[in-house]
Amino acid sequence: MKLELRGITKTFGSLVANDHIDLVVHPGEIHALLGENGAGKSTLMNVLYGLYRPDDGEILLDDEPVAFQGPGDAVAAGIGMVHQHFMLVPVFTVAESLALGYEPTGRAGMLDLEEARRRVTEISDRFGFDIDPDAVVEDLPVGAQQRVEIIKALSREARVLILDEPTAVLTPQETDELIQIMRELKSAGTSIVFITHKLREVRAIADRVTVIRRGAVVGEAGPETSEGEFASLMVGREVQLSVDKGALTTDTTDADAGADAFVVTDLTVLDPAGTVVVDHVDLSVRRGEIMAVAGVQGNGQTELTETILGLTEPVTGSIRLDGQELIGRTVKQRLRAGLGFVPEDRSTDGVISSFSVAENLVLDQYDRPPFASGVAMSPAAVRRNADELVAEFDIRLGSPADPISTLSGGNQQKVVIAREMSRPLRALVASQPTRGVDVGSIEFMHKRLVAERDNGTPVLIVSTELDEVYALADRVAVMYRGRVVGVVPADTDRDVLGLMMAGVPLDEARTQAATHRTTLGEADAVADHHDIP
Amino acid sequence: MSAAVATGPRAEERALAPVSWRWPIIYAVFTLVALAFLRVGDGATTFRISRAGDFFEIPDVSLPALATNLVLLAVMAAATAVAVRRALRRAPIGWWVPAAFGIAFVLAFLTWVGAGRTTLIPLTTLLAGALALSVPLVFGAMSGVICERSGVINIAIEGQLLAGAFLAAVVGSLTASAYLGMAAAPIAGALVGGLLAFFAVRYWVDQIIVGVVLNVLVVGLTSFLFSTVLTENSAVLNARQSMPDIPIPGLAYIPVIGPVLFRQSLLVYLMYAAVIAAHILLFRSRWGLRTRAVGEHPKAADTVGIKVERTRVVNTVIGGAVAGLGGAFFTVGSGLAFGREMSAGQGYIALAAMILGRWSPKGAVAAALMFGFARSLVNMLSGAGAGISSDLLLMLPYAVTILAVAGFVGRVRPPAAENVPYVK
Amino acid sequence: MSDETPRPATEPGDPADRPEGATARTGGTPAAGPQDGPIETRTRELLREVLSGSWLVSLLAIVLALLAGAVLIAVADSDVQEAAGYFFARPADTLEAVWNAVYAAYEALFRGAVYDFRADSPTRAIRPVTETLTFATPLILAGLGLAVAFRAGLLNIGGQGQIILGAVFGAFIGFSADLPVVLHVTLAALGAALGGAIWAGIAGVLKAKTGANEVIVTIMLNNIGLYLVAYLLTTQAFRVPGSPNPISPQIPTETAAYPLLLEAPFRLHAGFLLAILATGAVWWLLDRSTTGFEIRAAGANPHAARTAGISVDRVVILTMVVSGALCGLAGSAQVLGTEHVLTGGVAASYGFDAITVALLGRSKPVGTFLAGVLFGALRAGGVLMQSETSIDIILVVQSIIVLLIAAPPLVRSVFRLPSPDARPRRRAGAATTEVTA
Repeated sequence: MKLELRGITKTFGSLVANDHIDLVVHPGEIHALLGENGAGKSTLMNVLYGLYRPDDGEILLDDEPVAFQGPGDAVAAGIGMVHQHFMLVPVFTVAESLALGYEPTGRAGMLDLEEARRRVTEISDRFGFDIDPDAVVEDLPVGAQQRVEIIKALSREARVLILDEPTAVLTPQETDELIQIMRELKSAGTSIVFITHKLREVRAIADRVTVIRRGAVVGEAGPETSEGEFASLMVGREVQLSVDKGALTTDTTDADAGADAFVVTDLTVLDPAGTVVVDHVDLSVRRGEIMAVAGVQGNGQTELTETILGLTEPVTGSIRLDGQELIGRTVKQRLRAGLGFVPEDRSTDGVISSFSVAENLVLDQYDRPPFASGVAMSPAAVRRNADELVAEFDIRLGSPADPISTLSGGNQQKVVIAREMSRPLRALVASQPTRGVDVGSIEFMHKRLVAERDNGTPVLIVSTELDEVYALADRVAVMYRGRVVGVVPADTDRDVLGLMMAGVPLDEARTQAATHRTTLGEADAVADHHDIP
Repeated sequence: MSAAVATGPRAEERALAPVSWRWPIIYAVFTLVALAFLRVGDGATTFRISRAGDFFEIPDVSLPALATNLVLLAVMAAATAVAVRRALRRAPIGWWVPAAFGIAFVLAFLTWVGAGRTTLIPLTTLLAGALALSVPLVFGAMSGVICERSGVINIAIEGQLLAGAFLAAVVGSLTASAYLGMAAAPIAGALVGGLLAFFAVRYWVDQIIVGVVLNVLVVGLTSFLFSTVLTENSAVLNARQSMPDIPIPGLAYIPVIGPVLFRQSLLVYLMYAAVIAAHILLFRSRWGLRTRAVGEHPKAADTVGIKVERTRVVNTVIGGAVAGLGGAFFTVGSGLAFGREMSAGQGYIALAAMILGRWSPKGAVAAALMFGFARSLVNMLSGAGAGISSDLLLMLPYAVTILAVAGFVGRVRPPAAENVPYVK
Repeated sequence: MSDETPRPATEPGDPADRPEGATARTGGTPAAGPQDGPIETRTRELLREVLSGSWLVSLLAIVLALLAGAVLIAVADSDVQEAAGYFFARPADTLEAVWNAVYAAYEALFRGAVYDFRADSPTRAIRPVTETLTFATPLILAGLGLAVAFRAGLLNIGGQGQIILGAVFGAFIGFSADLPVVLHVTLAALGAALGGAIWAGIAGVLKAKTGANEVIVTIMLNNIGLYLVAYLLTTQAFRVPGSPNPISPQIPTETAAYPLLLEAPFRLHAGFLLAILATGAVWWLLDRSTTGFEIRAAGANPHAARTAGISVDRVVILTMVVSGALCGLAGSAQVLGTEHVLTGGVAASYGFDAITVALLGRSKPVGTFLAGVLFGALRAGGVLMQSETSIDIILVVQSIIVLLIAAPPLVRSVFRLPSPDARPRRRAGAATTEVTA
């Protein structure tokens, strides 16, 4: 089925999310939609899927214009979507998830779950997904959940499959498996549109690429495009993604420079069900060093950072900050002791949406002088602090008294970083520091993190984006299923890291990677050759 | 948010999980309390089991109080031991241990109350009363389940019960037919449910607030109409109507369960049907699947084409109707005329039953029956002159509810999208 | 899919999937760029702010509620019913009957609450205002208590129980202790605050330690409180020796009562001054103190609060204690201010009324004060209204006001008012800042 978007425009208030976008996907083609965070790709796909109605433009399927009132219409027309954040009900089984919306009925109009189970098995076997229809969704690993989403789409006989950032939650090896699946689907006649912000994988996977920036199409590429042209298309951007992080400074006068300042020893944490989620983890970060914890989402990184902050108590282990033991201390005590913390989920844990920017900037300092003396707070001091930090961190806003919800994601994250960096830190822990942040702010954020490191602060970053890990880290610790698989230098090969992210120990990973290049690993080699960031 | 990585706890991981001492401690405490029931002297307690009309008459059972309670105490101790063992093995407690313990405790209590007295302990009447008193609770809890499973908290059960009672009384009086009154009751409940849906789903007002205010509104409206129109025309608008008991042929005469389950009014039989229907529909029907999806992850439901708002509105109105039907119990179901604030807080207890029952129809019914039993027990005790102030006894169901919500149930998992308006 | 989604009723919603880079729909900074429409003058801007403001919505909600009340009054009136029987023959009769019924009822309301223009002496004429303020005192105090809880995200439905416990403690100190005047009443008042604080504290502790839903727990505690006071009034300690009535001994008005602010027959007592003080104190607590910051943070987003080091458990307990103390003081207004005895019905309906007061006042101190006065007026007027119609109409009017307040878009659509979000750009020359894409 040929899919065409002509002149699609969508605005939200004063923001133009999609600006007269044209896109053509031929039958049986793998088409990539490439753009940074905030470029408008997800909006476009939501328009295609019927979740939004375009303000202008039209959608054509097999050269016939169609209008969708809602996702139901899109599904009926043969469009299937796998969202970045899975649209699966956690407590349903796989069969129930399939049945939802499709609802096979049996006797007396009751739900025919047998039929649903049968379809799951049928599709699963055909493509080698290995999914049990009676498994409960929330118990499945992330890669399996993604396959359930794909099964859902296929069961409605999707002829165009949209994948929104599918590799965000996969290791390079799992990505390879996904690529295989995409190729199989392609040979079965399905067209695939996949959305991504990762330059590397696009060239390796897609037949054609459409590049979007700030809501508009800025270029297209295909097999006939030369590698050089392709590279310049990608690099047609003012902003550099990688920051010159410089060498580890060891020639300071401070006698403790290079010493281990932030040390996690034998840390073990259980989840409420009693499962081990952090498994005897040892980490040590030196002064003036950035240690990145790499790994696919869901391997214990969240629990690790929460335990470091003090939201969870471990069963064993210790966390020492400049020799002081943190375990047993409250969150507030740890923050006072000099721990800086940037949480993973900004909107739930980082900021209070209804509070003003100024209040958010003192969220963990509100009861200290100069903001308060005793119980009484000083609004003037809070305001002054806000003015200073807004200027220093270049936070774009109307006024510091506005609710922080009026700021963009990037600026909100700047508030969080500003808040932490505005007090003297002995260690900084930053979880997914640039998730959902626009390109300009990413660069700023990375610069500040490096600056903090150069100040002598040990910095621990947790990131699922290998690109970010490569950009920032001095050393990399890879986590898998709660364990630290290994701690390696920052110039380690992507394929080695990928294998470690799947649990393969370091030496074995090195051997395997040498013989078995993944598509992304290849892409890396090509990119390095052309000096693409 | 990290997804679970392991598919099941490994044996060594299980060994690290903390032991849950909660149940064993609870059982131990109650067993110790039950020691007090041993102070019964030499008397015997007589239990009446049969009712007139049973197939065969089981004679009144007279048990030596002390011996009986010793046996029951042994049962309780055994149950506590089982609980301890299960806790150490980190295995689930199951349902027959709590059931056995509960029955033993209650029997011991009754034995203690009736020891050495001439008055009988009418077991069957106690049970029948328990069932009757739990009718509004069961309907209310079902209403709560239907609404909350789709993501709408229904605090207005109290108002819906009251509105149903009101309309049932008025219509029943006007038509001189209790059955017509009963048929009208759901309409009143549905109206209140509609208001809840209107403000909560359409205008995104906090659902708990809307529920509380609606309760006040219904009290105001019904009391106002009662004080003015109904009092002036009480013969026409508020005459008592009563629904007769309909014994089910055959089943009604089995001792014990017959009079309790099968010699009730139509309203009670409708209640059975409602519970069974709720359970089947919620887990096996298309409506149930959609409802649960909308209550757990409305965005996922939306992307599959399910209309989230409409589902919630429909469920809330249906839930209101169910609660309204339960309200009929207060007037035509009991042969009483309408009085101010008749529902007397039963709606809130129904909510508690739903939470105790973990949002499932079966669990909610079990909890509601337990509350009904407690009420029935209090009634019987004040009748038997147990010597404890009735005010203190009446506090018990509420105190139990608090314990339940705090201790037994603690942090349970309501439908994830509860009280979160779905914003596109 | 609807083109115009209704605005969230309580606070500007924060839709999770807002496209990256968009400014929020409410209060966003306009981008400097090509303008699309005439520039707004100062007057028009002011007019638009008034028309879309929340004060107007509140006022109109009251008007609508009174209208609804009028309908009910008319329907229930026997003259109207009689005239309606032959409506088509002489419609004027029905309309006249309606007007008479409604006018009589609302005139009584006014005369009972504000100014009795039919009274025979100037003293009696202004008594209604003092009655309003007297009724308002416990409403304001309890309303403030609930407002504090609401700001922390805690739905304290237990006002009734907390008022009762406050009254019990306060009354007990009142009639059983024998102390000099200032000490006695102060101690009694503090005791009342303590009683309420304990009762609410139970719910707070349970919520913090076990996660028990405070709505259910406080509702249950209401009922337990009712039975508790009924029980206590049967015990020796609380009974007048020799009397079978469930009424406590008299609380001596010379030593253990809030002094009257005006001479008899006015009932206005110093509790009203306490209410004013409490309003100020709650304002300072919420807006100027670190504790208030914690309360607001925990109420707005407990996860972020925890991550920032705030102990949400401690805040929950502290908030419930403060909330209960204020409700307890409301109970003291009853036993030390107006009733001077303890009875089973000491809390009357103040517990639930306080919820509506706090909601109407949007959980802000000054708003709650004003809302308390308004509902006090309704109560005072309702007493006189009873001669014309049933006092329960007040409950109906109150609940409708609150429902409408909670859904401003509904009121706006009834009266076709502009919504505050549809804001055209500011005047040319106003400073604007770049909006990042």
